[in-house]
Amino acid sequence: MKHVLKIMALLVAISAFWIGLLETSVVPRSYTWLLPIYLIVSLGCYGLLMVGSGLMLFPTCPQEAVLLQKDIAEAKEFLKNKGIDVGSN
Amino acid sequence: MGKDNNKENKYSIIIPTYNERLNIALIIYLIFKHLKDVDFEVIVVDDGSPDGTQDVVKQLQQVYGEDRILLRARPRKLGLGTAYFHGLKHASGEFVIIMDADLSHHPKYLPSFIRKQKETGANIVTGTRYVRNGGIHGWNLMRKLTSRGANVLAQTLLWPGVSDLTGSFRLYERSVLEDVINSCVSKGYVFQMEMIVRASRKGYHIEEVPITFVDRVYGSSKLGGSEIVEYLKGLLYLLFTT
Repeated sequence: MKHVLKIMALLVAISAFWIGLLETSVVPRSYTWLLPIYLIVSLGCYGLLMVGSGLMLFPTCPQEAVLLQKDIAEAKEFLKNKGIDVGSN
Repeated sequence: MGKDNNKENKYSIIIPTYNERLNIALIIYLIFKHLKDVDFEVIVVDDGSPDGTQDVVKQLQQVYGEDRILLRARPRKLGLGTAYFHGLKHASGEFVIIMDADLSHHPKYLPSFIRKQKETGANIVTGTRYVRNGGIHGWNLMRKLTSRGANVLAQTLLWPGVSDLTGSFRLYERSVLEDVINSCVSKGYVFQMEMIVRASRKGYHIEEVPITFVDRVYGSSKLGGSEIVEYLKGLLYLLFTT
């Protein structure tokens, strides 16, 4: 099944649930009308949270740059000895 | 797909290049250093580099052997997807590894890709930079923010099952790569996303290994408005066609 159909099915299910709530008045009508807005705002907040926390915990590796320079030096040494032209770009 | 575990597998490493005369020599040295007991070949797909990349590759062939380093050049810049396709035609390994030539992908991770595939029998092993043992060096805050935002959006819309969608350091079972590459039409990094998403949709077993990514020291890829638009268009395309 195409992925977008899965998402549509989910939306349809949520809408059916919401309409069900409206019809049966399990929850007071005034709240029910606002539920979609609450959902969208919550999703937005969740998204911001994921971006923010991901940004704070963004994995960095400064030591890798140092290691890379070492590897480059080692490689250049070897290649020079083999007569390979390792002049800069 | 049952691979005979007693038989040694051969790995074909496809590296597309354009103006990488220094980096290609460095990366080939590092590949040979880190894959000492592995049966592999390196396939350099050069798009007619004017800086003499192909000459350097020919010199490397003298050192390492023409059976270990294959130069399969093309006349001019013809795009990444077709570069893999072209390399694949000349690959003789059961597994194909794709990686960049600019040293942002370090060959020291190659053994971990191979090990992961052997341990899990995965069809695809993809490198992820966004996990604890992985990482990225050389990005400023704005770049990290864009990356993180893009990733959250992609995860929400696509449910891809992998943490790093745009990464291009991957190991594929050869038949799997052939299958997936034939169904992809995008260009650039959206192509990388399309590959992994389509593979995921087709039900292939995908595993991840942490990798570190050191962005180019010189001329680091700028992320402008047009790249962001391309990315969003790519996401929508993938949302509706996969």
